Amino acid sequence: MVSAVLFSVVKQDLAVAVRQRAELVQPIMFFVLVVTLFPIAVGPSPETLQRIGGGVVWVATILALLMGMERLFRDEFNDGTLEHYRFSPCPFYLIVSAKVITHWFIQIMPLLLVSPILVLFLNMTAQMYWALILTLVFGTPLVSFVGAIGVALTLSLNRGGVLLALLLLPIFIPLLIFATSAIDSASMNLAYHPQIAIIASLMLCAVALCPIAITYSLKVSQN
Amino acid sequence: MQSQFDSFSAFLNMGGYGFFVWLAFGITALSMLLITAHSLFVKQQIRKTVAQEQARAIRILEAREKRKRARQAKTVEQTESSKQTNSNLDIEQKD
Amino acid sequence: MWKWINSFAKPEKAYWLASAMQPYFFAIALLGLTVGITWGLVFAPADYQQGDSYRIIYIHVPSAILSQTAYIAMATAALVGIVWQWRTAFMFISAIAPVGAVICFISLFTGAAWGKPMWGTWWIWDARLTSQLILLFLYLGVMSLYLAFEDKQQGGKAAAIMALVGVINIPIIKYSVEWWNTLHQGATISKFDQPSMPAEMLWPLLISILGFVGFIGIITLIRFKNEMIIRDKHRPWVMQMFAENSELQRLSASKKEVN
Repeated sequence: MVSAVLFSVVKQDLAVAVRQRAELVQPIMFFVLVVTLFPIAVGPSPETLQRIGGGVVWVATILALLMGMERLFRDEFNDGTLEHYRFSPCPFYLIVSAKVITHWFIQIMPLLLVSPILVLFLNMTAQMYWALILTLVFGTPLVSFVGAIGVALTLSLNRGGVLLALLLLPIFIPLLIFATSAIDSASMNLAYHPQIAIIASLMLCAVALCPIAITYSLKVSQN
Repeated sequence: MQSQFDSFSAFLNMGGYGFFVWLAFGITALSMLLITAHSLFVKQQIRKTVAQEQARAIRILEAREKRKRARQAKTVEQTESSKQTNSNLDIEQKD
Repeated sequence: MWKWINSFAKPEKAYWLASAMQPYFFAIALLGLTVGITWGLVFAPADYQQGDSYRIIYIHVPSAILSQTAYIAMATAALVGIVWQWRTAFMFISAIAPVGAVICFISLFTGAAWGKPMWGTWWIWDARLTSQLILLFLYLGVMSLYLAFEDKQQGGKAAAIMALVGVINIPIIKYSVEWWNTLHQGATISKFDQPSMPAEMLWPLLISILGFVGFIGIITLIRFKNEMIIRDKHRPWVMQMFAENSELQRLSASKKEVN
């Protein structure tokens, strides 16, 4: 019963995402554009780009993910489906987690697909690229889960977009620090496993704790 | 306890660091004053609005009561006058 | 005992407690700030290394410590509000957040004004300054989230969740920033870490910290009371309290005359 509900939620979210392809593509375009702006702003020297590359990609990733997340619960909040989820036999936090994970999957896949471009744009080495992919895979679920709290909180506000970024960006600072330092270490051919391990542990904590906060925030938003 | 400064100007000078020390203390005092003033201003404002709203509520109640009394008086008057006309009619019929 | 504590969930009881505590905090603030600051500015000996510029410590350290304490107090209120559904706890959050933000701003500004003569620059990406800056952003986030809601009840709950998310993050932010800082720049500054402060410097600092506690307390109490009246203005206890006020006594007296 529970798995059937979860399966249908995931299937529906995937179907909606495929149908609204424009919504999917916009954050990715934003991401690529932000990354393009940096070489133009700081100058195209390969050493500089290599040094700032990891940070630029991560800042752009966080901003793009936050942009895409705004719609995570909006439609279902507006048409009342969210209320129904609360009374389904499946626990609400499981449904919410399934939605967040689906959303993460939908967002991260195109990001990983365009990531080879970054190697060319920002003059990354293969080592750096591998570290970048690892930090993205382990770090972005954290962004999605913590971001979902912010989305749930600002759901009933009409103009939550800027507020969402304002609330959440300070919280992602540790993630940013560890991710960029992993990429930095990789650029110097040093071991970067500790940073990846820290990111993964932060991510696991977030995955464990955030659904509680998200469901409570949704309850507050539904009043 | 002995003051560390020989004169007031030495105190102001702060061993050459006067600008930074007084800037820090000045901005601190200013921001503390501002938040205090804001809190007290809000307090006054709230008291005023609550008093106004309550006064308005009382006035509404009064007006309602007055209207009710006026209506009652009117109905009493009407019933009395109608009684009179009725009795007049009775008298006429008797004639 | 539990029942007694729980009775403060009611605004009228909390209002009474806040009013009762107000004079004490006022006295502590007045005494602590005047004695601590005067002692620190005039009577404490100058530092052998930093001269008189170190006197900024008497506002910098109290505000830095207490801005974090205030955040923890706010998060505790948030937890109490969410777990036991105390209405007053949510009001406390919106009362203390602006005070904490101002204290945090003070610590940042005084840090900059101290840094200019000591390090030669107003701002340095020092671990402590950076995490203090992030703390200010967290405060501002909680405040702006609360202000964004029309419905204050709902806004209070949302701000509570944000405060809790922030407080879980504070230690992570602190350690990560420290780690980041040591990674990016060698040990340039350790002037803040004085191994042991002489007593004649330490005492005024402690008194000044106490004064700041009093200041934060009194302002928070004033704002807390404001918040309770705003949110409960149509409830009987506020009505009754204001009926004892002169303005309304006059009004109700005139009402009696009409009758």
